[in-house]
Amino acid sequence: MNEALFTANNLWILVATILVFIMHLGFASLESGFVRRKNTVNILFKNSMIIAIGLLTYFICGFNLMYPGETATGFFGFAGFGLSLPDGDAGGIAYADGAYAYYTDFIFQAMFAATGATIVSGAVAERIKLNSFLVFTIIFVALIYPIAGMWKWGGGWLDARGFYDFAGSTLVHSVGGWGALACIMVLGPRKGKYTSKGIQAIPGHSMPLATLGVFLLWFGWFGFNGGSVLSADPMGVSLVFVTTSLAAAGGAVGAFFTSYAMFKSHDLSMVLNGILGGLVGITAGADLMSPMASIIIGLIAGIIIPLSVVFFDRTLKLDDPVGATSVHLVCGIWGTLAVGIFGSMAGGGQFITQLIGVLAYGVFTFVLSYLLITVIKAAMGVRVTEEEEIKGLDLAEHDMEAYTM
Amino acid sequence: MKKIEAIIRTTKFEAVRDALARIGVNFFSLKDVKGYGLQKGEVHTYRGADLGADYIPRLQMDIVTSDEKVEEIMTTIEQAGRTGNVGDGKIFVYDIERVVRIRTGERDKDAV
Repeated sequence: MNEALFTANNLWILVATILVFIMHLGFASLESGFVRRKNTVNILFKNSMIIAIGLLTYFICGFNLMYPGETATGFFGFAGFGLSLPDGDAGGIAYADGAYAYYTDFIFQAMFAATGATIVSGAVAERIKLNSFLVFTIIFVALIYPIAGMWKWGGGWLDARGFYDFAGSTLVHSVGGWGALACIMVLGPRKGKYTSKGIQAIPGHSMPLATLGVFLLWFGWFGFNGGSVLSADPMGVSLVFVTTSLAAAGGAVGAFFTSYAMFKSHDLSMVLNGILGGLVGITAGADLMSPMASIIIGLIAGIIIPLSVVFFDRTLKLDDPVGATSVHLVCGIWGTLAVGIFGSMAGGGQFITQLIGVLAYGVFTFVLSYLLITVIKAAMGVRVTEEEEIKGLDLAEHDMEAYTM
Repeated sequence: MKKIEAIIRTTKFEAVRDALARIGVNFFSLKDVKGYGLQKGEVHTYRGADLGADYIPRLQMDIVTSDEKVEEIMTTIEQAGRTGNVGDGKIFVYDIERVVRIRTGERDKDAV
């Protein structure tokens, strides 16, 4: 491995880190757009704290829980608190065989860590108590996400079984989605969502913000998936760019036709969710798929979106203002299973392995998240009062309004 | 002197305004009004759930005029504002007791 190639590889992973960072602005923007204006400051506050909590907890313990190195057993390992740069070349060119340096590894993975909690933030919007949410976030990102992530990316038991998740359809998106599901079950719906007159729509206050957010997320996904090649390998990165974008496009088209068939309207919020569903769907196998397979995976993810949103909304009566459970949980599961159906690893045995991975992550994350939010509910309460909910969290929790005119 | 208060469809505003201009009525005051009652507003869909507006949006035009022009103005608004469907609106006519034009101090008929 020569120095020039190491520099190029490392630079690409750093660029990818910047792209994943901007996804947090995408989430902040999307979630703001999908809530009512009286809760805008609150959702922005949560998103600002999540990136901070994510980076700090990943520094304190997350990185060494997720990548414990030789301390790893199948299910758990911990290489100690904080960061410890290996001496000399061991922290540089020799760290990952010339692909990236030690600190690059940390910061790239740290940017990923916070996205899991951001997924929860949208689903619980407009009624959760700020401090309760922050306590949930700290424990979720500091412990649940990295311990679960270690099972695959840290060389744990699922990695040993041949489970595949390229950039985190399961490890990031489904994990966040399971957390979101547990929280909205304990939290209950927003006031005015399920009434004696039936299920009420509660429209978001800014479709331009939501659209901006989705485009920023798509932009960031080039780094999320492209960086997950873990080098600047020209063939690998360029294929991943193609599959990622084609899946997003397929997701938009799938959601467009399905939501039009179901609701007889051109629902922008569904197309936006469809784009994200396609992106989440391709993430598990972005490096394995042919361009055509990526279109099909995205298209199916897009078709799933409106069906899943209605299923959560009407059948399960679970209130998710931004569709986080449909986008991240359901499409995350779909993308993970798709590795067993399409692409270079497809096969019955692989499909079963993927299914085992989906179930393992589901049980672990959902049960722990459910327990965690239940304990928080008992200890400090989890919902704002009805009066605060009507007034809006911006005034109730922040004494501030997003728009003063 | 009379005040004509016409509640019309928002979609018919331009047609009514232009028809009034043709008979020489070039000024009126205008406000957004919301109707609320048994007849529901249009039902839309957002993310698969019904999004029914509880109220019906309409425009209210207030025109102050001399007694002899009332019938012509009423007929003009009626014709220009009609679609034949439920919700075309209503026209009310009131007596006006006094009028002052603040700029000139003119009173009553001269101020209309």
